[in-house]
Amino acid sequence: MPSEHSPSASVRKLPALEPETAFYWQAGKDGVLKICRCQSCQRYIHPPLPRCPACQGEVQPEAVSGRGRVASYTINRQQWLPGMEVPFVFAAVELEEQKELYVMTNITGCPVDAVHRGQLVEVGFELHEDIYLPVFSVREGSHVD
Amino acid sequence: MSIDRFPEKHVCITGIGQSEVARPSSKTPIALTVDACLAAIADAGLTPADIDGITTWPGPVQEPKGFSPVGSTEAMFALGLNPTWVGASTDGHAHMSAIFSAIQAIASGLCRHVLVFRTLGQASVMAASKLTSGQANLIGGKGERVSGGLAWNVAYNAISAANIYGLYAQSYFDEFGATSRQLGAIAVNGRAMAAHNPNAVFRKPLTIEEYLESREICSPLRLYDCDVPVDGSTALLFSAKDASRDLGRPPIEIEAMGMSIGGIGLGLYQGDFTHMPSDRAGEMLWSRTDLKPKDVDTAQIYDGFSIVTLMWMESLKLCGRGEAAAFVEGGSRIGLGGELPLNTSGGQLSQGRLHGYGHTYEACLQLWGRGGGRQVKDAKVSIVCNGGFGYGALLLKCD
Repeated sequence: MPSEHSPSASVRKLPALEPETAFYWQAGKDGVLKICRCQSCQRYIHPPLPRCPACQGEVQPEAVSGRGRVASYTINRQQWLPGMEVPFVFAAVELEEQKELYVMTNITGCPVDAVHRGQLVEVGFELHEDIYLPVFSVREGSHVD
Repeated sequence: MSIDRFPEKHVCITGIGQSEVARPSSKTPIALTVDACLAAIADAGLTPADIDGITTWPGPVQEPKGFSPVGSTEAMFALGLNPTWVGASTDGHAHMSAIFSAIQAIASGLCRHVLVFRTLGQASVMAASKLTSGQANLIGGKGERVSGGLAWNVAYNAISAANIYGLYAQSYFDEFGATSRQLGAIAVNGRAMAAHNPNAVFRKPLTIEEYLESREICSPLRLYDCDVPVDGSTALLFSAKDASRDLGRPPIEIEAMGMSIGGIGLGLYQGDFTHMPSDRAGEMLWSRTDLKPKDVDTAQIYDGFSIVTLMWMESLKLCGRGEAAAFVEGGSRIGLGGELPLNTSGGQLSQGRLHGYGHTYEACLQLWGRGGGRQVKDAKVSIVCNGGFGYGALLLKCD
């Protein structure tokens, strides 16, 4: 189940629901992460594009495992906006479906200093208004310092 | 190497100008622009009537305020120009796309003397609105939702480019065993250089210990790894080579140029976060000249963030992959007496964010021997590069 965030905690600037991206921000309603995929060559494409840039095939959002590894991360300590909760971890997660298939995200559910590259993570969703924000947490059994 | 295939070899730089650089300036952005452009025209020994082309990057921008407050049209009228060519360059290889457009326009014969300028007014915008650097950079306005490529980061509170380059720095550190003490040499070197630049905003020396004690912004990047918003304008005058002969001094020759584009601004990342698509710009540049990296006397390498400088040094083959951190450590190899004096103006970390144009200005100053207390002895060849999302590089020389 997505965790609800109280409005007071959220100075977060939410994404607009645009025709090509809305599925990404709302797939969490069904508890899954969806990624745009070429129906011809089966390549995943993120951020989504109207056609496959490799073969020009038709694309559709498809559910993926929601599992991946931390490709890189940074501990953000600067409070960019009043009320922004710091520190937090901003990360690039490489999804297990495809090499260099990166989604940008926050790593939640562990101390910021416990995150490292290569760590295995899985998706969860935070509900902010109508956005099911995909965030990732360390998978059980993956090493935490 | 035949020059016919290379438009840049028909074009040279004949004059440079820079306004005061301040945080903030009491002058308006258009006034700073006029100061820089008139200085560049006079520096070449020309008058405004000689200028038949003008362009800037990225053109007038409403949001974020101060990022590019003056466009070509406004500058053209303020300078009383009547050009045959006005370049439009809101897209492309970021900062240097305006320079590449100017080179093409001149080489094609459309015009002979083109002003290329870049004006920033970010310090006065921040001062007037009490915005932080992050807020001033938050594209998309207040309150509303964020759309386009920035949404992928901003939704996760990553509203600064520091968040993006924090990812690159962490991977670079982990993959190559680089350390904060090594990275800090970029900031320390910038300050040491800026001490000799009266037009730099930060001129007090910085020690590596002070760097290591400074607060983290986005790990492992610290405060001094991030450049500083300023008000200021830089103008560069590009001329047809045959129109430069009577101007009384050798022009700066454009030996080669290179360019590439990456998807970072759209949320599309390639590779393993240890290098940027700037590698392709470096390959293009070196494919267009018989000169070699060892021929470079001084390097003016983009330093919006210090980690970008390390990755660009490797893209330009000034050192091998993963070797830049060790190369700069301690600062002796990149100082004024070293084998590759780096960012001799102080760069954007210490002179201020002139957004790439300060680097090209400084390269010309060095090649003309006008560097004063920071002059690199016998500088004949300089390499310049700009950009973190789009990438451009120039190899400049002066005999």
